[in-house]
Amino acid sequence: MRHIISLLMENEAGALSRVAGLFSARGYNIESLTVAPTEDPTLSRMTIVTSGSDAVIEQINKQLNKLVDVAALIDLNDGEHLERELMLVKVSAHSGNREELKRISDIFHGHIIDVSKHTCTIELTNTCAMLDSFLEAIGRDLILETVRTGASGIGRGERILKL
Amino acid sequence: MELTGAEIVIRCLQEEQVEYLFGYPGGAVLFIYDALFQQDKVKHILVRHEQAAVHAADGYARSSDKVGVALVTSGPGLTNAVTGIATAYMDSIPMVIISGQVPTYAIGEDAFQEVDAVGITRPCVKHNFLVKDVKDIASTIKKAFYLAKSGRPGPVLVDIPKDVSNHKTTFEYPPSVTIRSYHPAGKGDSRQIRLAGQMLLEAKRPMIYAGGGVVLSGASAQLADLVRLLGFPCTNTLMGLGGFPASDKHFVGMLGMHGTYEANMAMQHCDVLLAVGARFDDRVIGNVEHFAEVPRKIIHIDIDPASIAKRVKVDVPIVGDVKLVLDELLDVLRGGSKTPAAAEVVAWWKQVDEWRAIGGGLRYKNSSEIIKPQFVIEKLHEITGGDAFITSDVGQHQMWTAQYYKFDKPRRWITSGGLGTMGFGLPAAMGVQMVNPGATVACVTGEGSIQMNIQELSTCKQFHLPIKIVSLNNGYLGMVRQWQEFFHGNRYSETYMNALPDFVRLAEAYGHVGMRIVNPADVEPALKEAFARKNDLVFMDFKTDPTENVFPMVPGGKGLSQIILAEEL
Repeated sequence: MRHIISLLMENEAGALSRVAGLFSARGYNIESLTVAPTEDPTLSRMTIVTSGSDAVIEQINKQLNKLVDVAALIDLNDGEHLERELMLVKVSAHSGNREELKRISDIFHGHIIDVSKHTCTIELTNTCAMLDSFLEAIGRDLILETVRTGASGIGRGERILKL
Repeated sequence: MELTGAEIVIRCLQEEQVEYLFGYPGGAVLFIYDALFQQDKVKHILVRHEQAAVHAADGYARSSDKVGVALVTSGPGLTNAVTGIATAYMDSIPMVIISGQVPTYAIGEDAFQEVDAVGITRPCVKHNFLVKDVKDIASTIKKAFYLAKSGRPGPVLVDIPKDVSNHKTTFEYPPSVTIRSYHPAGKGDSRQIRLAGQMLLEAKRPMIYAGGGVVLSGASAQLADLVRLLGFPCTNTLMGLGGFPASDKHFVGMLGMHGTYEANMAMQHCDVLLAVGARFDDRVIGNVEHFAEVPRKIIHIDIDPASIAKRVKVDVPIVGDVKLVLDELLDVLRGGSKTPAAAEVVAWWKQVDEWRAIGGGLRYKNSSEIIKPQFVIEKLHEITGGDAFITSDVGQHQMWTAQYYKFDKPRRWITSGGLGTMGFGLPAAMGVQMVNPGATVACVTGEGSIQMNIQELSTCKQFHLPIKIVSLNNGYLGMVRQWQEFFHGNRYSETYMNALPDFVRLAEAYGHVGMRIVNPADVEPALKEAFARKNDLVFMDFKTDPTENVFPMVPGGKGLSQIILAEEL
């Protein structure tokens, strides 16, 4: 099953490679990984999307927690949570399909952020699954380039990951 | 007053009461060696290869419960040390390794003797640091010692660029350290411990399985109390040997690939299993699916949560320091009015004894013609009164020593269990002898393993280390040969050791005493003579039976009850 693991770690050189190394050394799946500093510049927040059986997910959580640089960790799937991913898609555009592209983009709450003679770039923020649906709706033939950030996640309501 | 980074390193080691530093100099650590030269509190032991420095520090740590410390230079110094670091990591040994690095301004430029030390060691250390500012040296070394020793112990690397070791700052050693992202476990959860106590008292076919965690935690006395209080059978892993006395009537021998029949059968068929500081690894329980075929309740005590439920499902996990958890469990059991299910446990012991009879105990067919390796170990046990520190290398001799040298005390059996590092035994013995001067230290090895770090005979000469080397020379890489015999149609691919040196003359060339023993009748007199030479290193080259195999054996990938006994082949 797909899990979103969120963690706070020391914002130090090499911290990211400790996490990445752990996943490759132990053969865990990694669907996406995003990392950036938080409001406290000494801490980075990382979101890892992974998948595996319950036993594997339990091990991943424990192994991550065992890293000395990891200060706090939650498996967002243990409770209610929100997930968002940013995507930029460049599609092939011409006078015949611009209207249609605009319509599909609006349905998915996207924004057209760049237009050229033969292209159109759309920005979308949504769940990973919705971004997948958008790509399907546009159709593979039109897509020139896709850039996705990987999911960021946060707990709902009072569920807070903080030191 | 301001000190250089190098001087600070040495002052930190003094503050940590480090007696011996095992190392090898080089360009990137010149300032540190210069600082070392100008003091006499920390004694440096010059090895002949960096791998040996780390193994020696490891043997020092394993036999003493102190942190072992090694110092190596950048590049090849560090890469040579990696095998030693990985060895310590796999067996959770507390160590601090200080490595030199090229100057900060040269990092990343492929400088002479540059290697990404932090990157290369990342998967085999508990944690590592690159110190980029002289102001951080003292606090980093403080953290390194704290991390190495606390929680589940392990090696910690501190990489110090050459220029940082020459910069100056004021020295202040922090009296304590906290790391906000690191909280090692202490006491276990009391509710879980009560639950475990209740489960043990209700057990009909109980089994206690104890590993290296008991030794590391210093919980041997608690374990012995618990086993005797409950009257249950107890087995040790390879790493746990000595954690429970082998001479105790509750001991059913080592379990696992070369464990006793009764230990493996009891492990497989018990209904309540108490695992203490052990991790159910592949060499211990064999095939996981086969192990899971028999339903049993498992209570698992370990300081590392990641070790629990890693390979087997656990019913009562208890995260905590083994010693503290066992103390509390003993209180629970002593405080209650219930006692173990007497009739059932008696019947269970009867079953265990039946298995013991079927297995026939550890046995081999002795010979008056050719030396049997097991016979040498039995005599070694006898002549040293079972009280020596024994290091080993890896292979058949290691298993025979584990089986036939009946360890009664913890920290006497020094072996590379997890990584299985050939070449460990001799340098480890140096560290053991350093921290236990006057004690009897023997290194059981083979003609294959000993050659992997034989250059350390020179270090032993320089520092007057009277180690007794018991080499079981069968002319083969015996354990590999055994697998080739069993599973590869007797095709002994590259396992015959041709062109062996004359070990007697080799030992003599290094300034030691060499003995060659060929006849079984000479085994005992030779051992007696060697151990009587209190001040000499004696290299005993025993010519042993090349066809001898280690039994019993659970073949790789098989289940515990699919064990092969000696007479089946």
